Amino acid sequence: MAELAQAHPNVISRTTYTVIFIVLLILTLVTYLVAFVDLGRWNTPIALVIATCKMSLVALFFMHVIHSARVTLLVIAASALWLSLLLGGTLADAMTRGNVEIINFPK
Amino acid sequence: MSDSSATHFPEHADNRGPSHLAEQFEAPEQQRDASTLGMWIFLGTELMFFGGMFLAYANYRYFFPQAFHAASSHLSATMGALETMILITSSFTMVLGVWASQMGKQKMLFWCLTLTALLGGAFLVSHGFEWYHDYEEHHVPGTNFRFDPQQANPRSAEMFFILYFLMTGLHSLHVLIGMGILAVMIGFTRRGRFSPEYNNPIEVSGLYWHFVDIVWIFLFPLFYLIHRA
Repeated sequence: MAELAQAHPNVISRTTYTVIFIVLLILTLVTYLVAFVDLGRWNTPIALVIATCKMSLVALFFMHVIHSARVTLLVIAASALWLSLLLGGTLADAMTRGNVEIINFPK
Repeated sequence: MSDSSATHFPEHADNRGPSHLAEQFEAPEQQRDASTLGMWIFLGTELMFFGGMFLAYANYRYFFPQAFHAASSHLSATMGALETMILITSSFTMVLGVWASQMGKQKMLFWCLTLTALLGGAFLVSHGFEWYHDYEEHHVPGTNFRFDPQQANPRSAEMFFILYFLMTGLHSLHVLIGMGILAVMIGFTRRGRFSPEYNNPIEVSGLYWHFVDIVWIFLFPLFYLIHRA
């Protein structure tokens, strides 16, 4: 098995995978428990930050991004840029429109 | 079928490379890199696919915060958390399968792929129970949709559930498709197709599966955990 690992120098060990897996489970538990604590307007940002951490761990280790070719990183960076432009640009407009009439639902 | 007078291209002879090397590639490494890049580009399109729906969610949640808060409280956060753990475990079994394919461990690869698919199935079954419960509570958008006006504007709450069923429904469809891909990979594994030299289909199947897991990692807090305190 050692020679196979040498033939594929980018193989990540099972131990690393297991550690990442346990960290992901812990982060899920943290997300769940923190949701029941009232942190006001910080609940959602904290949940999203934890979700981003989990995504990064899955991407870097399970998807082997940490060992990936530069062109793969380019595709990931371009996709991330696109998503930030989509969300950022649209929300920047929607959230700064000023007062909007509340639509009352007909009785 | 050689016709050397008509073509200057070399024949696809056996000494051109290993049997798994397709005609258009010069070397196995090139084939592997092209296949991986192709899957990543596809995942980029999947990001656009789900990204648009996350955009709709962001906008409607911004405009109807109370309705989204009230509607979210009707979902089971515990079931959502369990489903998250099921999918994360399935990603773990998937990556162990990729490791097994790199090491030439056929039996381990078979069981890892099988476990991954079974966990995906468990996820879908859990969702099925959730959706049935939503149906019983009249939370399925449409003519029978009902929501307590004391909690929130029913029209706005219906928007939450439209997005919920749309996004979790499409996500579950992706899980189902992933299970189909795994079934094909399991079939190939049983026929001994993969080896330490040739295992990239397992790797790219893993990329797809992990992406579907990542989408759920975001769906869970956004739909199930709005202001639970």
